[in-house]
Amino acid sequence: MRAIARRLVTIVPTLIGVVIVTFLLTRVLPGDPAAYFAGPTADQASIDQIRAALGLDKPLPVQFLAYVKDLATGTLGAALSTGQPVLNELKARLPASAELTLTALLISMSIAIPLGILAAVKEGSFIDHVCRVVTTAGVSLPVFFTGLLFVYVFYYLLGWAPAPVGRLDVYFSEPARVTGFFTIDSLIAGDLETFRAALAQLALPAATLALFSLAPIARMTRASMLSVLSSEFIRTARAAGLRSRTVILGYAFRNAMLPVVTTLGMVFSFLLGANVLVEKVFAWPGVGSFAVEALIQSDYAPVQGFVLAMALLYVALNLTIDLLYGLIDPRVRLEA
Amino acid sequence: MSALLDVKGLTVEFATRRGTVQAVKRIDLEVARGETVGVVGESGSGKSVTSYAVMRILDRAGRIADGSVAFSGLDLTAASERQMTDLRGREISMIFQNPRMALNPIRKVGRQIEDVLRRHAQAGSMDARAKAIEMLSQVKIARPEERYHAYPFELSGGMCQRIVIALALACRPQLLIADEPTTGLDVTTQKAVMDLVSELTRARGMSTILITHDLGLAAAYCDKVVVMKKGEVVETAAAREVFAAPKDDYTRRLMRATPRPGSTLRGLLPPEIAAAPNPPATVTGEVLLKVENLVKEYPRQGVSKSWAQMFGRGPAAEPETPFRAVDGISFEIRRGESLGLVGESGCGKSTTSMMVMRLTDPTSGAITLGGDDIGAIPARSFAASKHRRRIQMVFQDPTDSLNPRFTAVRAIADPLMRMGSLKGRDALRARCEELATLVGLPLDLLDRFPHQLSGGQKARVGIARAIALDPELVILDEPTAALDVSVQAVVLNLLDDLKAKLGMSYLFVSHDLHVVRLLCDRVIVMRQGRIVEEGTSEKVLEAPDAAYTRELIAAIPHPPV
Amino acid sequence: MSNVDISAAVVSPPPAEPATAPARPAVGLAAALGHARYVATSNPVTGFAFALFFLIVLAAILGPAIAPYDPYASDTSAALAPPSMAHWFGTDQVGRDIFSRVLVATRLDLIIAVASVALVFALGGFAGICAGFFGGWTDRIMSRISDTIMAFPLFVLAMGIVAALGNTVTNIVIATAIVNFPLYQRIARAEANIRREAGFVQAARLTGNSEMRILLTQILPNIMPIMAVQMSLTMGYAILNAAGLSFIGLGVKPPTPEWGIMVAEGAGFIISGEWWIALFPGLALMIAVFCFNLLGDGLRDIIDPQRRT
Repeated sequence: MRAIARRLVTIVPTLIGVVIVTFLLTRVLPGDPAAYFAGPTADQASIDQIRAALGLDKPLPVQFLAYVKDLATGTLGAALSTGQPVLNELKARLPASAELTLTALLISMSIAIPLGILAAVKEGSFIDHVCRVVTTAGVSLPVFFTGLLFVYVFYYLLGWAPAPVGRLDVYFSEPARVTGFFTIDSLIAGDLETFRAALAQLALPAATLALFSLAPIARMTRASMLSVLSSEFIRTARAAGLRSRTVILGYAFRNAMLPVVTTLGMVFSFLLGANVLVEKVFAWPGVGSFAVEALIQSDYAPVQGFVLAMALLYVALNLTIDLLYGLIDPRVRLEA
Repeated sequence: MSALLDVKGLTVEFATRRGTVQAVKRIDLEVARGETVGVVGESGSGKSVTSYAVMRILDRAGRIADGSVAFSGLDLTAASERQMTDLRGREISMIFQNPRMALNPIRKVGRQIEDVLRRHAQAGSMDARAKAIEMLSQVKIARPEERYHAYPFELSGGMCQRIVIALALACRPQLLIADEPTTGLDVTTQKAVMDLVSELTRARGMSTILITHDLGLAAAYCDKVVVMKKGEVVETAAAREVFAAPKDDYTRRLMRATPRPGSTLRGLLPPEIAAAPNPPATVTGEVLLKVENLVKEYPRQGVSKSWAQMFGRGPAAEPETPFRAVDGISFEIRRGESLGLVGESGCGKSTTSMMVMRLTDPTSGAITLGGDDIGAIPARSFAASKHRRRIQMVFQDPTDSLNPRFTAVRAIADPLMRMGSLKGRDALRARCEELATLVGLPLDLLDRFPHQLSGGQKARVGIARAIALDPELVILDEPTAALDVSVQAVVLNLLDDLKAKLGMSYLFVSHDLHVVRLLCDRVIVMRQGRIVEEGTSEKVLEAPDAAYTRELIAAIPHPPV
Repeated sequence: MSNVDISAAVVSPPPAEPATAPARPAVGLAAALGHARYVATSNPVTGFAFALFFLIVLAAILGPAIAPYDPYASDTSAALAPPSMAHWFGTDQVGRDIFSRVLVATRLDLIIAVASVALVFALGGFAGICAGFFGGWTDRIMSRISDTIMAFPLFVLAMGIVAALGNTVTNIVIATAIVNFPLYQRIARAEANIRREAGFVQAARLTGNSEMRILLTQILPNIMPIMAVQMSLTMGYAILNAAGLSFIGLGVKPPTPEWGIMVAEGAGFIISGEWWIALFPGLALMIAVFCFNLLGDGLRDIIDPQRRT
């Protein structure tokens, strides 16, 4: 447990760094935020007034302290478009993004890991070539472009998928909120119709994201399986007559998972970014599309809040990954 | 009596970028029940490949092209993969070099033994654990119940090799193949491991194939010896016969080249190239290097913070005393003298040489070279010191010590360009060629890159670089540890000749007393950062005072004289 | 003999005898070119990538000169026309020729990618080598900077940076370079660090080289190939990153032809069936990224045939 505590301590400097960077992002604006907030018709006096009100006339360290104080109390400012506090907006929209991202990750992991293992075990075979083509093509696909292709094929041409207009068709009402995940909430409410509709809406964007994250995971699984399979302890296990099933799944796979788990951190980084693009394509009402809308309206507070929230989320995810790693690898526990 | 293992006309091929290569060519090998057979050869002789072929665990690129392998009457080359997996571990087992890598790093060692036991139905879920612990105690692991839960990284190299042996012997196989089982282990550990293997296999009436590059090891433990060279068997005979009267020319050379009590430096070389004996060393009374009370401390890390202690299972954490790698040693080297520094891994010999070399700063103590206090100059700025050129070094790994992007001539020229007084390309080139001739490096190899040179040639480049500026003291850090014995013989002779010619002094760091004796006038034996014995080479080897030195000498296997 | 040799004999074919080493050592550039030709011809995929790369560079240079139409000229009478002989890739909502626009956009997309990769290569590479070689405070500061950048999802950070610095192409380049900084810094650091105590570096210390000199003559040349592979691989990422930013309305502004923004313009027409507006710029984007990824893999083969994946 102290190892966990120790790992928790290490994120403190990271958090401080994150806060400093987000603070800098608000202050290095080339324009004058006061003039911006005052609007194009304001005169110098009202600009100065706003500057004082925003605390922008004070020295940077003072401004930084004020910023930290705001963060500590959960104040991220208000969105111009809705007038709602940014924090509330983010809270309300996070489940939509989370549902999409996690579904995508689940799909991609359940395809990529077996694919990577098979490709490594049968190196040079047909499945190996498939794996290589899929991974190289997968990392080359712009995620917003795949999304659009899917929409064209599955909505316009085939008519299998519903229109890309959010989480639920207008004819359905949102299920009672428990987890914020429509698929799960509708199941809890026992409403299969809504569940099916929510799933249909989720399918394309989740598939798009999954295809995107499939490549790095499959690639890493394959590479790491290959290197583990050629390692000396696998030779020992073979020489001891262990069945190839035991050797591959019991011995090689667990060792090969270590770099894959590390890669997951990077995959999350990609996913959280790609999420923004996919949400825009599918009009998915998550935090990403919230940030994009704000960007278009040059509404700065939501963008800042979004960047900060994503960073905090990502730090938390990395922490989880590290702890997971420690569970698999006894060597890390010792060093922790 | 029919042989347990009968290999006939075995040929193994590897598919490479340059086409098919035969690693093993039509070899015959017979192992009787209860017999220990040594397969001896230098690198590239195909001795390991042979054993992998017998086990049928060649990698994808390799295949058995021809021949038969009969084990208890069953032809293994024709056996199905299923039959082979049943056979492996139960009838034929294998232990490997580099034991730490040979174990699954993230599985408890006890579990790994259990896996094998259960695989071959030697134990069920109820008694597997008890049997695994029993195996651990059979390979003489202290506190086996506790070690059952250990991970490989928590154990020493020797301990890991015991686990690998336990794994191999758990199902009482009839044949054990030991592939360089002690390479990389200290000599005392090597002896302990080999004694254990021979005791256990003898007790069980097993046959053993011992694959090794070390003739001494084969002589000490084998009934029969098979000598291999470039994929072919050149000699097969009873061990006694091979060492008493080797028939094959190659075996004879190998025998000569292996240092042992009584052998001389010139005696290592094949008779046709043996030159006149070296002129006696001209040791003057003048002290060149003086080391006084040298200490190097490192902060302790990790050791006291194990997982177990976090849960309060271990002993209470000790106060953080720094670890003393070198613990107050003093010695002198006179001009023209060569001093051997011997000890097992972790004894502080390398740290000592790095401090004398002025690549590392000592915690305390003095180093003086010909009256100049070089210990006072920080290692960081020593490169710019005028004393830099006076001490040079030949490194342990000739490959690692050459910049892969520099040609041989560029490597040799480096010290000349940095610290020499030669000006102009032609002068530099001429000096480099002179040096190459001195170390016996053919001039047409000068423009090659390291990967285009053999191990022996790379070693010569390293030596040429070290002597380029006529240093007064050269530190030899296990200069032959990565070389085959026949190459080692040549390099040792070269080093001795150079010393006589150029009047240098040597500090020869090594783990092998027999090698040190050949080159050195005096020897220091180190253990745990301290000097346990010091004296002339003859005295230390023949009448050692310290018990540790005696143990060290006794552990070195060597072919009978 | 050393354990290295024996394991090599097992895992791979037996090591070549010294006598079989090339009699005439190939030197420098000629050798590299010869090897590159060998790799390109022995691996058709890499050869293909090289050819594709050549084509893309050609399009970037000649694009504006050979485009059949003015990429900005709108022709409302021919708006939303599907691909035809006159307009190979069709026209967009204001009747601009998509083929010309895709062709002309090559230069801008490539410049953004090259500039950002060059920038991060210089900064990240240098910071990493210094951190890995000197250690101590240099290392701590550089690693801390990398950790902080890595704490953000990269694309999200790039969004934040461009939003803060202002919506220009230069800022896209800067943002892309910043988010790639940790990658370069870490790779260079790791490579420099493992060589810091390597035998040949120690040997260079003995021959009187100063630390700075060792860094430049011993460490740097040995790390360059690895960094070059990385450059090729991140080039694809840089293109994707820049296109993604313009897709959400950051950076390049319409009507400038740029692949990301063209896909964004076509996005609205997908659900009504006008696929060509988004498809062709999207395909161009994909092919360019694909090419750089293949090239990166191929370069890795040239440098290190053992690390093929």
